[in-house]
Amino acid sequence: MKSDDLEKKLEYKAAYDGYKVEDIVTGFTSDLLSDVMGNAPEDSLLITIQAHKNTIACCSLAGITAIVICSGRKVDDDMIEAAKSEDIAIFTTTDNQFEASFKVHGLL
Amino acid sequence: MNNIPINTDSPSVIQELIYQLKIKDVMSRDLVTLRKTATMRSVQLTMKKYNLSSIPITNSMHILGLVSTEDIIKALDSGHINEKAEKHMTRKLIVLEDDMPLSFAISYFNKYTFGRFPVLNKEKELVGIISMRDINTQLLEHLNTAMQVLENTIQKEHLEDIKSNQKEFNTIKFNFEIAGKASTEIKKTLKTLNLDRKFIRRVAVASYELEINQVVHSNGGTIKAIFDSDRITIIATDSGPGIPDLEKALTEGFSTANDWIRSLGFGAGMGLPNSKRVSDNFEIESSPEGTTVKVYFNIEKDK
Repeated sequence: MKSDDLEKKLEYKAAYDGYKVEDIVTGFTSDLLSDVMGNAPEDSLLITIQAHKNTIACCSLAGITAIVICSGRKVDDDMIEAAKSEDIAIFTTTDNQFEASFKVHGLL
Repeated sequence: MNNIPINTDSPSVIQELIYQLKIKDVMSRDLVTLRKTATMRSVQLTMKKYNLSSIPITNSMHILGLVSTEDIIKALDSGHINEKAEKHMTRKLIVLEDDMPLSFAISYFNKYTFGRFPVLNKEKELVGIISMRDINTQLLEHLNTAMQVLENTIQKEHLEDIKSNQKEFNTIKFNFEIAGKASTEIKKTLKTLNLDRKFIRRVAVASYELEINQVVHSNGGTIKAIFDSDRITIIATDSGPGIPDLEKALTEGFSTANDWIRSLGFGAGMGLPNSKRVSDNFEIESSPEGTTVKVYFNIEKDK
């Protein structure tokens, strides 16, 4: 799938426009950044509730190109700024991690 | 005879030299001259005495001709060795001017077969004589200086390289604003080194974990990255309070982080185990004065 399928097919909301559309091979669901760092595959999509700047640093280092922020959590402006500079797309949804994981899996 | 290999294709430092240097900077000023009334024999003896291959014949400051070794041989051959120089000297002279750039002299040596040229000033007075030996000596001397400058520059650059192959970053306790900065910068540097993507990720994982560990658990410290051609080293040093039980700290899932840290997604008890797992070599030392973690990543040359 392409990262913009999240917008087109699941109607998840992009946290900022003009993000870099990337191929997404698989996903990883976790709220523990160490777990993400250590175990998330590259070119994957992160499904999480961690809506802060450190998530971006972690994703950038782990080679993750898109994030879905679940449960309607608000994305801070500084997280968006960091995401822009690291070319990481952010989408938001009111779905929880379980629902989001299930839906994203259907698109892969 | 081969042309002198100095021309407009030469490196700019050489070209600058031959255009900036004037003939008067290069020529010999110690002149041995004789009057036109001197005999060819006395010219020959003077040549021998001073080890010269030609002698200018002058009238005060003005050159009248040049007696070369060839002229001497001819005079000996034809039995004119005791006759006056004015009768047997070469009168058709090719001369250079002292204000001309050295490049002129080089092109003259290319054009003519003479071993030396008399040098005149603007008043047409004889002020010197120039041979290839003079040119070689001066050029080599200037090249020595130019090369020394070049060498010093290269050495300086090299020293800067050595300095810049290390990077150090500070971490501050509970400052999540700058947490991750060190690792991001280290990763950027690794990318410029054209290393394997998986390798870069391993280094990034370790440096990020160690960086977050310092932010979460220590009083602050430094993350240092050393970029060698055969390995990357990350050294995390903090100023305490130390890890009471290293074995537990290295156990996956064990964490002393509080709820607030955990709510940020940290404190999963995977920091040190993750760093150890991704590295090729892992060293840790801890006391109440501080903890130092060193992780090494070997760069495989074939990749």
